[in-house]
Amino acid sequence: MTITPYDRAPGDTSPSGRPLETEGSPALVYTIGLLLAVLLTATSFWVANTSLLWPPGVPLGLAVLAIAQMGVHLVFFLHITTGPDNTNNTLALAFGVLIVALVIAGSVVIMDNLNANMVMPMNELMNLHMQH
Amino acid sequence: MNVAVAVHEAHPEALTGAGEAGPAPKRIVVAYGFWIFLLSDIVMFSALFAGYAVLVRATAGGPAGPQLFNQTSVAIETACLLASSYTCGLMSLAIVSRRRYSTYLGAAVTFALGAAFLGLEIREFAGMIADGATPQRSAFLSAFFALVGCHGLHVTIGLVWLVVMMAQVAVKGFAAAVERRLACFSLFWHALDIIWVGLFTVVYLMGVSP
Repeated sequence: MTITPYDRAPGDTSPSGRPLETEGSPALVYTIGLLLAVLLTATSFWVANTSLLWPPGVPLGLAVLAIAQMGVHLVFFLHITTGPDNTNNTLALAFGVLIVALVIAGSVVIMDNLNANMVMPMNELMNLHMQH
Repeated sequence: MNVAVAVHEAHPEALTGAGEAGPAPKRIVVAYGFWIFLLSDIVMFSALFAGYAVLVRATAGGPAGPQLFNQTSVAIETACLLASSYTCGLMSLAIVSRRRYSTYLGAAVTFALGAAFLGLEIREFAGMIADGATPQRSAFLSAFFALVGCHGLHVTIGLVWLVVMMAQVAVKGFAAAVERRLACFSLFWHALDIIWVGLFTVVYLMGVSP
């Protein structure tokens, strides 16, 4: 019976009694993650406060930075990998992302549409007044 | 009957349904189950995020985001949570190498940073409520307190859990069950940080930028 070297779950740094097989020291992985996260957070705060950037693009830039930082957290802190023993976790994550995207995007689109139709344009309102 | 026996002999691991390595060890199964719970928690947060995004303009003549939010305080809160995520990671390394005092130290720093985050958040809420920006004031404020308050509640639960885990380490040592629970705790703590990333971006940064 061969022991597969991929026995890792999220947050699972080392199976006890077995040598670590991460590249570099495991503390280094957390440190790299922290540095990347600090960099992305600082950039987010800078983007939100600067006047150098084109204002309508700022929310999109903030969204991209946030998603990048979530990715950094998943890889460096939660240790989501593509290893065979992590397939279930990755698939569950993909399903979760799908549901989150559906809930948020669906709610925003539907409520925006509803709002746009609720507000009656001024001239139509005037027409209604004229008719009665 | 014969076929079944033949299959069993040819692939003794085929009947476990767990691939070539046989059934997964318990810590992997436990982490998977907890991961499913965390994803369901994130889906719940996504509903609160959607509610906030829909209601962010519904201020009913009351105070809006730019008048309420203090970016300095949010930056300090973010730094606290990020640093506590890092020390939580170092704590899980100390657990793996069975260093008891490093574990206590990591837990103490994690707890202090988490408590500092919570203190700042409570101070912010108290200031807003003192200024009349209560959850009853407008739909925007209801959504804000629901979303940020729910995250704060999770942090509170995490702090209580951390204290309970340290008591378990003190009493039971690094038993297999205790180690699994600690692994679940660090997953929980890192997931809270992920939610906070979405939260400070959507609520505080997008809320104050023009």
